[in-house]
Amino acid sequence: MDVIMALLIGLLYAAGIFMMFRRSLVKLIIGVILLGNGVNLLIFLLGRLVKGKPPIIAADAKVLVEGAYADPVPQALILTAIVISFGLQAFAIVLIKRAYKVVHTDDLDDINTREEEE
Amino acid sequence: MLSVLCACVIAALGLPVLVPRLPAAWRPSLAILPLGSFVYFLLTPISESQLLLTELPPVHLWLKLDGLSRLFALLITGIGTLVYAYSGYYLKNHEGQGRFYGFISLFMGAMLGLVLANDLYFLFICWELTSISSFFLIGLNQQEAKARSAALQALTVTGLGGLALLGGAVILQIHTGTTQIDALAARMPADFSVGITAALLLVWAAAFTKSAQFPFHFWLPGAMAAPTPISTYLHSATMVKAGVYLLFRLSAAFAAHPWWTPVLTTVGAVTMLYAALHALFRHDMKSILAYTTIAALGILVFFIGWASPLSMQAALLFVLVHALYKAALFLITGAVDHATHTRNVLRLHGLRKQLPALAVAGGLAALLNGGFPPFLGFIGKDLMYEALLHEHAVIGVPLLLVVNVALLYAGLQVGYRPFAGSAMPEGEVSKVSFWLWLPPLLLAVLGLLFGFLPQMPNALIAAAHVAVGSSGFAPLQLWHGFNEVLAWSLATLLAGVLFFRFWPMNRERLGWTEKVEMFSPAALFTWLASSLQLFARRYTSFFQHGYLRYYVMTVVAVLIGGISLLLFDDFAFKGSFEPLLELTFYELGTLAMLLAGLVFVVFTPSRLAAVAGLGVMGFAICLLFVFYSAPDLAITQFAIDTLTVILFVLVLYKLPRYIRVSSMAVVLRDGVVSLVFGGLIALLALQVIHQPLQRSVSTFYAAQSYVAAKGKNVVNVILVDFRGADTLVEITVLSIAALGVYGLLKLRLRAEERRNRA
Amino acid sequence: MKSIILKAAAGFLLPLLLLFSLFLLLRGHYLPGGGFVGGLVASIAFVLHAFAGGMKKGQKYFPFHPGFLMPVGLLLAFLSALLPMVTGDGAFMTGLWYPHPVPVIGMLGTALFFDLGVYLLVVGVTLTIIFTIVEAA
Repeated sequence: MDVIMALLIGLLYAAGIFMMFRRSLVKLIIGVILLGNGVNLLIFLLGRLVKGKPPIIAADAKVLVEGAYADPVPQALILTAIVISFGLQAFAIVLIKRAYKVVHTDDLDDINTREEEE
Repeated sequence: MLSVLCACVIAALGLPVLVPRLPAAWRPSLAILPLGSFVYFLLTPISESQLLLTELPPVHLWLKLDGLSRLFALLITGIGTLVYAYSGYYLKNHEGQGRFYGFISLFMGAMLGLVLANDLYFLFICWELTSISSFFLIGLNQQEAKARSAALQALTVTGLGGLALLGGAVILQIHTGTTQIDALAARMPADFSVGITAALLLVWAAAFTKSAQFPFHFWLPGAMAAPTPISTYLHSATMVKAGVYLLFRLSAAFAAHPWWTPVLTTVGAVTMLYAALHALFRHDMKSILAYTTIAALGILVFFIGWASPLSMQAALLFVLVHALYKAALFLITGAVDHATHTRNVLRLHGLRKQLPALAVAGGLAALLNGGFPPFLGFIGKDLMYEALLHEHAVIGVPLLLVVNVALLYAGLQVGYRPFAGSAMPEGEVSKVSFWLWLPPLLLAVLGLLFGFLPQMPNALIAAAHVAVGSSGFAPLQLWHGFNEVLAWSLATLLAGVLFFRFWPMNRERLGWTEKVEMFSPAALFTWLASSLQLFARRYTSFFQHGYLRYYVMTVVAVLIGGISLLLFDDFAFKGSFEPLLELTFYELGTLAMLLAGLVFVVFTPSRLAAVAGLGVMGFAICLLFVFYSAPDLAITQFAIDTLTVILFVLVLYKLPRYIRVSSMAVVLRDGVVSLVFGGLIALLALQVIHQPLQRSVSTFYAAQSYVAAKGKNVVNVILVDFRGADTLVEITVLSIAALGVYGLLKLRLRAEERRNRA
Repeated sequence: MKSIILKAAAGFLLPLLLLFSLFLLLRGHYLPGGGFVGGLVASIAFVLHAFAGGMKKGQKYFPFHPGFLMPVGLLLAFLSALLPMVTGDGAFMTGLWYPHPVPVIGMLGTALFFDLGVYLLVVGVTLTIIFTIVEAA
């Protein structure tokens, strides 16, 4: 599964970067989201994939059984990342909306020229 | 001493506000500040001990008043007194008079700090302060583009020199272990290592730029754009002498260096010859004086270079002589300019009728400059010839003769020629106030008095002579008897007068120097500055083109290069395909869902479909989290994914459709770059997961989660307890994002509503 | 989106989902759940309700602007982190626990209040963003 997961992450990176190369603002944001998903999965993969052993201490135990649980640290990192990226996406989406209202274009290159002309 | 420096700082802050409120007639009385300081320095005995004000390592505010400091301090405050009084009248209608007094007080404080400092870094700070106040003073007429560019040029040149001084100070501290100036000589290694030589070169760079030595001299004529009192004070009598002061100050430590004499004498000789000859072809009185100032600074460097007791004595005396006559001539120039509104010597004549007192001052100053007996200048010139005749007669004496003749010529040009000849028409000359003619007259008379009574400046010069580490001071005297020195001195006077009489300045000669202007250091400097700007502009527009995708592409390209280098170096495919057989139906289904969503997002022409694709992908990732033991991530991803899709749908249907599709070639190029990058990331990930895992952090959390924090969901315990402070910051960021969204949409809307209502 | 079915369902779903979100919040320390997820579920409940019944009705459940939940949540989280410093039991963010289990909630401690602060803030942030966008559209 590791190999497939790595390939999948590679694909997510590729798709994210590809979308960021586009000229459309909307595609840019979609690219950022794809890239973010790729990064989350990469961190997850680097913590190793473990099946069916969540990092939750059993009701009758006081510590996790040594070695037989998924690493909680990457999970905590990813959880934070997911929530923060929601804030980022919301702000970015609204920023596009606002920008579109002001400059009436979705084209990054047009926004550029406008700045220079002013 | 401290109170003097404090008074200057307070004046620098207070005078810009105070002066405009002061009646114009009272403004010359501001001279009380330098006058009081002058009296203080006159009465305070010199001492070998230093005064420690405070320590802010590495800067120690050590002040020390020795003979050299006192000579300079007296010049700074004495000429300062005259300039303060003079400008009270001269600048009375200038809108920048308040600024002028503020900056000139700052300058005086900095200059005094510079000559009193006994710490290299403190000296550097004062050095820079003088450069900065000089910048503001040159640009006092801030409406004039010429004044502004001259100010900038002066600041660039002297500022670069200041940087060199800082570098030199740091190297000196490293090699000698001290920043105390009077301790340097004792700690100087005898063999002058490469480091010490580097420090010496840097100190020279500072001194040569500040004291306008060839080829850094060009900022000084430009600095004449400043009002005349400023040129008098900063650019002839005091600030430009800071470089000379530094050479005097460090001569005790460095004079034994094998490069000292060859470099300084060469630079000094070239400077004095170049500037003295240039001065012959000028017709603007200030320009003549600027070039003679450069020549005088060259003479000083030349004599410091020889570093013999007699040459040091000659140089120290010349500091005093030059300050007296040059300040007088500058002040006369200002008064003439004030009365006639021109400084062109070709148009001025016969002013002695209308301006008798000024004419007397001019005549005396010209004689003092020329070194006629019984002026102090005569003693100074004799000393120079004597110093050279003792050791370096063959080249030195003829050279000095040429320079002295040229300086004498220039002095007569400014001090004598405007006043001689037939009177100018009555209407073209207005009367000048007492404040304009008294200061130069005072200086010139002082030069005469000192000549008659050389014992008056004797003690001052002798103490300075001791301070620069020389011995064998010969008391100053007017008459040495008939000898070779007298012959050279008289030859100078005769040649100068004859030259002036039979080769008068005329219009034809004005163009001569302009022909070589394009090869001058000033032109080179301008060319360098403009090509640097051109380079910066091209560089910026090349790299900062404003196209996001090319920025991203640059980053990606660099990463591709770096990662492939890394992988190429050490690559072995360690993944194994066998476990693939164990994949369950659910996993395969989820992966297929993820891939389908991904393809859909990238290739659909519809935005809404792309959003739906994103949603599908999010849920697939959520399932992956479920399979691989991350229930917290799964539910969070699920909730966030739902909200993101809602958000996109809410906003996107207001946006335009996707714009035109890029050309096929561009898409292919981007696709290849992206796929290569993604492939490398995948390979890198595979490499990394076959490294041993560092688990100490997770082990700690696993063991302590319940024991220390009473929680069994380790991920949640990390978030709200172990790393709670991070979470606190995170939720703060979240609320900032929400406020940002609110601000972006609501605030603008309100403005629009207001417009609609209006 | 004026569907009768959705409208009717949303009326029941709102209290159920809110209850579920509280459940997630409280069990977070022992089982999957927590302030983030609880807050997100609660927000989804309100958004769903707003979609079904129109914005006005969605917002009427709030006597105040949901944005006010942000400072409240932030302050609660911050104070619960500060509490051990005030009582002198330890540094910033030290966990303090009431020694006996409380019915329904389980163990009561500063970490729970911290999580409650996160919950309130997430609700505030999400609803502010979505309501603002909807109003501006």
